[in-house]
Formats: sequence, C-alpha cells, structure tokens
Amino acid sequence: MLKNTLSAFAAAALLFSASSYATDDTIKVGVMHSLSGTMAISESTLSQTVQMLIDEQNKKGGVLGKKLEAVVVDPASDWPVFAEKSRELLTQDGVAVVFGCWTSVSRKAVLPVFEELNGLLFYPVQYEGEESSRNIIYTGAAPNQQAIPAVDYLLNDLGIERFVLAGTDYVFPRTANKIIEAYLKAHGIADEDIMINYTPFSHSDWQSIIADIKDFGSTGKKTAVISTLNGDSNVPFYRELANQGISADFIPVMAFSVGEEELSGIDTTPLVGHLAAWNYFESIETPENQEFIDKWHAYTGDDSRVTNDPMEASYIGFNLWVKAVEKAGSTDVDKVLDAIVGLEVPNLTGGMAKVLPNHHITKPVYIGEIQADGQFQTVWESDGEVAGDAWSDFLEGSKDLEADWTAPINCGNYSKSQHKCLKQVSAQ
Amino acid sequence: MHLLKQIFLCCALSLILSLLPSVYAVPATGLPLTLSAEESVALCSSRVRDRDLLINNWSTTTNAAQVQLLQAIADGELYCKRSDQSLWLKNADGSFNALTSNATLTNGKGLRCVGSSNKQRQLIATIVAARALYSEEVSARRAAAAALLQAGATMPSTDTLQALMQHEDDGQVYQDLRTAWALTLAQNPSLGRQELLQAVEILKDKGTPQCLHALEQLGQSSDEILSDAAQQAAGWVQFYLRCATFGENLFFGLSLGSVLVLAAIGLAITFGVMGVINMAHGELIMVGAYCVWCLQQLLPGQPGLALILAIPTAFVVSGTLGMLIERTVIRSLYGRPLETLLATFGVSLILQQAVRTIFSPLNRAVQTPAFMQGQLQISENLSVTLSRVIIILFCALTFTLILIIMNKTRLGLEVRALAQNRPIARALGVRAGRIDALTFGLGSGVAGMAGVALSQITNVGPNLGQNYIVDTFMVVVFGGVGNLWGTLTGGLIMGLISKFLEPVTGAMLSKIVILIALILFIQKRPRGLFPQRGRAAEA
Repeated sequence: MLKNTLSAFAAAALLFSASSYATDDTIKVGVMHSLSGTMAISESTLSQTVQMLIDEQNKKGGVLGKKLEAVVVDPASDWPVFAEKSRELLTQDGVAVVFGCWTSVSRKAVLPVFEELNGLLFYPVQYEGEESSRNIIYTGAAPNQQAIPAVDYLLNDLGIERFVLAGTDYVFPRTANKIIEAYLKAHGIADEDIMINYTPFSHSDWQSIIADIKDFGSTGKKTAVISTLNGDSNVPFYRELANQGISADFIPVMAFSVGEEELSGIDTTPLVGHLAAWNYFESIETPENQEFIDKWHAYTGDDSRVTNDPMEASYIGFNLWVKAVEKAGSTDVDKVLDAIVGLEVPNLTGGMAKVLPNHHITKPVYIGEIQADGQFQTVWESDGEVAGDAWSDFLEGSKDLEADWTAPINCGNYSKSQHKCLKQVSAQ
Repeated sequence: MHLLKQIFLCCALSLILSLLPSVYAVPATGLPLTLSAEESVALCSSRVRDRDLLINNWSTTTNAAQVQLLQAIADGELYCKRSDQSLWLKNADGSFNALTSNATLTNGKGLRCVGSSNKQRQLIATIVAARALYSEEVSARRAAAAALLQAGATMPSTDTLQALMQHEDDGQVYQDLRTAWALTLAQNPSLGRQELLQAVEILKDKGTPQCLHALEQLGQSSDEILSDAAQQAAGWVQFYLRCATFGENLFFGLSLGSVLVLAAIGLAITFGVMGVINMAHGELIMVGAYCVWCLQQLLPGQPGLALILAIPTAFVVSGTLGMLIERTVIRSLYGRPLETLLATFGVSLILQQAVRTIFSPLNRAVQTPAFMQGQLQISENLSVTLSRVIIILFCALTFTLILIIMNKTRLGLEVRALAQNRPIARALGVRAGRIDALTFGLGSGVAGMAGVALSQITNVGPNLGQNYIVDTFMVVVFGGVGNLWGTLTGGLIMGLISKFLEPVTGAMLSKIVILIALILFIQKRPRGLFPQRGRAAEA
C-alpha cells in the first residue's frame, strides 16, 4: 500500500517536473498578447506573428538542436492579469523568453514580475520612454525614434509654426506630449503657438475641438496637429476634420498610433494625405519585406491581411533572441542578456537592427502619408538607423540619466552628474 | 525655403506677364513633352524626395504640358510601370494612357503610383495657382484667388495684385484679390497712410482670423492715426469672431443635444410610462446602427439609399427585439424594479456579446452618403456641417411624430391612461399586456432610429451602447420622468451646457462638471425639470 502510494507520488512528481521544466526536446517560448477585450484588435495579430516565427524557426531545425514550443496565454486586455500570466509563464511553464505586451500599462504591470523572477521580455511597441529594465529588450520605438523625427519633419520640411498636441488621456500621450512640448520650446516655438488638448477614451463628439483647431490654424501661420489619440476616437476625429473642410494640405495631422492595422477595415477617405511616423511601412519595397508579407499571407491564409510596425519589431526581437541563444549556447536568461548587447540582425527595410547597451535597438525612421488603400506613401526617411534613447534629453528629470546594462555601469538609470545608479527603474 | 519660393514666384510671374499664356486646360493624352533621362528616373523613383529637384526646376516653367504633369503628380494620377520605367496617366474610367506615346492600358497591373509629399503638393499648388490667376476660365481664377487666402500660401507682390485687379471683371475673384492685396499691404507698413487705411477697411470688411492677425500687426505701427484705426477695426473683427464662435457653440450644443434627445426619447417612453429601467436601451441603439451597416453591405455603392431604408428597418428590428425582451424578461418581473434592472443589464451583456460573435469585435465601417458630407457657409466665419444639420432636423421630425402618436392616436391614449392609473384603465377595457408590449416596442424602435443617426457621427461597434447609456439616463432623470417635453428640454440644455463648457474646461473636466451639477440639481428637484403631477404620480 505504502509502496503503491510512494510510486504513485514518484510518478506524479516525475510528470509534474516534466511539465514544469523544459524537457530535453523543446524550448518553451511564452506568447503573451491579449486575444480578447479592447486591445484584441491590435494584439491578436502579434500573437499570430510570433507563432508564425516559431513555426518558421522549427522548420529550420529549431534552436540549439531543440524545437521551440509556443505557450500562448490570453491576458484579455486586463492589466493585473498580464502580471499573473507572466508569473505563470515563468514559474509554472518555465518559458525561456516571453514576447508580449502592447500598452504601457501592461508593461508596467509585468515589469516587477520579470525582475523578481529574472525573466526575459521582448516588448515590440512604440512607447514613451523613461524606462530601461535589465529584463526587457525594447524593440519598439523610443520617443527619439518616432516622435522627435516627426516633429523635426514638421518644423523643417513643412515649415509648421503652430502646433496642436491632441492626445487621449493616459500615460503615453501625457509623457510624449511633455517631451514634444519641451522640444518645441527648445526650438523657439512660443507658448501661445502650442495648444494642448486631452480627451477621454472613445471620445466621439469632436465638433468644438476641431472648430478650435480650425481657428487656431487660421491666423496665417502654418499649423499642424500632433495626434496621440488612441484607437476608437481616431475615426470620428478624422471624419469631423473632413466635415469641417480641413484638408491635409491646410492642417496636416501627424499620428503616432495609426498604422496599417488600424486603417484596414475603415473608410480611409477622410484620412488621405495625413501623416504618420513609424519605423516600418508595409509599402516599402525590399526583398525581405516582400518575403515576410508573402509568408504572413500564407500563414493566415488571407491575402488581405496587412503587416505593420509592431509585427516587424516582433520579427526583429525574435531573431535577436535566437541569435543570442546560439551565441551564448544556452537559454539561460543571464547568459542570453550578456550575449545580446551588440548583436545585429537584418530588419525588413534593408537595414540592420542592433541591440544597444540600454536594451533598445537601432531603427530607421519613416514618415508616411496615408493613401486611399490604407497603405502609406513614404515622404521622408532618416539617413540610416537612429539609436534608441531610453531617457529623453529634453526633460529635466531625465536628461542627466543614462541606461547601460553592460559592465561596469550595469544600471537602468545611471545619473551622469552624480556618478551613481539611482534606485527606481522607471520614472513615476 | 520661403525666400526661395518667393524668388521663384517673382521670376515666374514676370516671365508670365511678358508672355501671358492663356491655355490651361490640356487634354490628357499626347502631351507635347520631352523628358530627359534624369527627369524620367526622378519621376519613376519610389522615393518621393527624388522628385524635389525636378519640381523646383519646373517651378518657373512656361510649358503648359509640364505644369499639367505637375498637376497630375499632385492629384496622384501619374503612374510608373515597374518593368520598363515608362510613365502613364490615369483616366477617369480607370484606363491608362502612356505619357509619350499613344499606347493604352486597361488596368493598373504592374504600375506604381508616383507619390508626392505634402510639401511638394503645396509647391505644385503655388505654381499652378500662379498660372491660373491669368487663366481665361473664371472657375480657375476663382479657385486660384481663393487659394491665395489660405494659410501658408505664397502671396504675389502688391503691384502684381493691383495689376490683376485692374483687369478683373469677375466680382468674386476681385474681392479675393482685394483682400490678398490688403494682406500684402499689412505686411509692408512702410507704405503710405492712405493706402494702409484703405487696407484696414478691406480687412475689417472681410473679418477672418487671418485679417485680424494682420490688423493687430498694423495696430502696433508708430503712426497714431493708423494704429488707432487698425485697433478699432481689430476690435470690431474680434467682436464678429466672438459672435461667430457663440453661434458655432450654439449649433454644436443643439446638435449634441438633439443626439441625446433622440437616444433618450425611447427611454423616456419605457422608463416614464412603464416605470421599467431598461439597461439594454444602449444595445437597442447599437442594433439600429448595425442595421445601417448591414443594409450598406446589401446595397453596395448606394450608401444614401441604404441609410434612408435603414430608418424603418431599424425601427422594426429594434422594436421587435424590444417587444421580445418585454415578453420574456420584463413581463415576469413587473413591479420589481431592481430585478428588472439586473435582468435588463444581463440582456445588454448578451446583446453585446452576440454582436461580437455574429459580426466581429472590431468596429464596422459605415459610409457617409454624399448628401451628408460638406458644410453650409452661413457667414464669413460661421459654417455648419451638413450631417449635423440633417440630424437636428431628423430629431425634430422624430420628436414630432412621437408627440403625435402619444397625443392624437388611440394607442397613445391608452398608453397615457395606463400610466396615469393602471387598475382603472384596465377596468375600462384597456388591454394592459398588449399595450405594455407595444409601448416597449415603440420606445425600442425609436432607439433603433437613434442608432441610425448615431452611425453617421460615431464608431459603430459593440461598445456603442455603453458610450451613450449613461448620458441617456441623465437626460431622462434631468428632464423629468414620463414627460416628453422634459426630455427634449433636458437633452437640449445638457447639450448646450456641455458644448459651452468644453472650450473653457476641456473635454475631460466638462463631463465631470456636468455630472456634479446634475447631482446637485437632483438634490433640489428630485423629480427633474418637468415632474409628473397629480395623485397617481405621487403614489
């Protein structure tokens, strides 16, 4: 009886340990993107992309001779659930790496978990900066790789003299607008030539605000809108602009959160001619991009699916991880982190993406105009890649800070003036 | 860049003055155009920047074909064939004509559109407009003159404008040229006082924000008489602009109010008459909005017809759904308001998820028909959007219809009787069950029609109902339960207050302020603006 129970326990323990640690045959890869809830629209595409990349890698023989196994979880656009799921992935499933998150809120929720359990997260979305963690590789754009070049384009190429900063009321627009305002003032734009406006999520009655923008833009000085509006509000916003007779040539709108995915499936007529800043467009003609688009169409079985910037960031992040594992000879997080800084993989627009000591990568910057078919026409591109800067040089609290995860500094927010590492990881 | 543009423009205009070409409209095929190898490469490049030099070189051109080619680039009608780098022009019917031969293509396979940037299009517009001012066609001159008054437009010199005005016989073009002339004078305050005073008068008459800006600059001049006149004129223009802003806010408030009223009439009927708190009201609005989308899918290419047909369709669909809810859920919970609230909340969740499953969790794209696009120009500074005007009229029509139904028909009589005194009404032969169902159906049907209107101004998605349910309840509570006029007044007042607050406090705070104001109001008058009176209501 006792022997039976003991052997039963032993068998159970063996089974349990087999499921909670990577077996000799597979390496587990966590995929943590919302498949339901408000963010499902954007995030479910990324979940599919990572799974496609895992399939591709397995066809090439996997990594270190072992196959990759995707562990897909659905945090359902619920930020505390993101933290729970990441804990589950790291402790119970024993994943070697996680590809996940979209909103800054979700990333801030999982950050403490990854640092506590020494996990590794690849974050593929453009964000507001002011953060650098040892356990996260940021493959999305920092403000100096998206917002600042966009403002430069408006100032220099279009000769804009008055600016409207329109954003949804949450952390990304608030922080981005702080940086942009400081940058504009540093470039001689007067206070009365900057109008800042925040709206709640899903705000749909834009009449007064657009009328204000029209008045603001009718003084004779060329005006532009820098929009950090999120999701839903964009469609009524652009529609009301068109209704009130504001064309893209009169007051152009530069958006940071409108990509091919957001444009697919809506009526793009009121948006044509307006601008967006990204590090990748589906319309950029390179052999690598065409191959990626073809593979995506084949994987989803749908030729009308579009590709966008966060998908390219996931592609870059995944390839960087594979290369780092092969260089380190192991999936152990510390070894991978040591190996990854300085590694380079090709991006989809003909250049290279290199990992910097602050755990950001180098990315080219593209400004594009929206076309009627939901694609972008590139109107400006940076000369080569721009290195991501975690701590903005235009904000008081962060221009002194530097992130460097290589020896000897080994710190996410090292103060250059005080020559020491400050404790908190991200600006509050 | 500005200076360069002005130099180019002066050269262009002086050349044109000496040559005075008059041909502007050119046929789309067989352009008398020869392109150098570099020009062809620049035109065919996929990089927009590669065309900067070409456009700059051609900015002083007198060749009508080159100008027409530039216009084609700006309009997105020039295409390049990937295989042999040849250039093609797109026709209205979708076929393509080769630029330098007589070849044609029936479709765009293998062709890439020659793209342009905002900056390039502006430069092209300046080039084209400069030539168009001398065109023989009145419409081209009108467009060019109006374009001069756009923000950021490059102005010709004062003398050029004066010369143009002397030869101009069209009233509209003359007025625009005169305003542009006054604006250029304001930039050049070293001119004679008489001319500047004249300019002040012209700018005061025109009264746009651009003119105000120019007047303010003139008001800082060292010449006493001039600065006084300019400041006085600026004061007048500011007053007119404030009136226009007030008019605008009034219109915005009315349009927001009318949307709220439309959404709230249905709730006023069910809540007011039957005392049933229907949390699924927002979803009935959403169902109406989806009807529009479905009809637009069934009638592709005719969004206007689909929209008009959607009005009765939404009424029927939402009404039927409402009657179904009444029969199954509300009837068995009659007299128990809390349970009704919970049950209808559950129904709203079911409806939302059903829509997510049947259609998609993403928003659906509803097209705006042509008759609802554009604006109506009421005065120089005041214009109203057509879609909102139509929605206000639609709301007024619906409200009138409901009033007529409630006051002039047998159904309305029975509904009101049941609301006033249910047992006596039943004793007099009013069939309560049937009337309850029809009332609910009527309220829900009106909600569906509100959804049709809402589909034109907001996103159509599963969350549409949730965005409007709170505002709808606020209107009904504020206006007074059971009173249609109360709903109308309450909705319009709330819309007006919301829109007058927004420029002052911003969108976020204005919502908070209104909620707090409503809470305080309810403390004073718990029954709303127009409460029901009489013994039955007190009971």
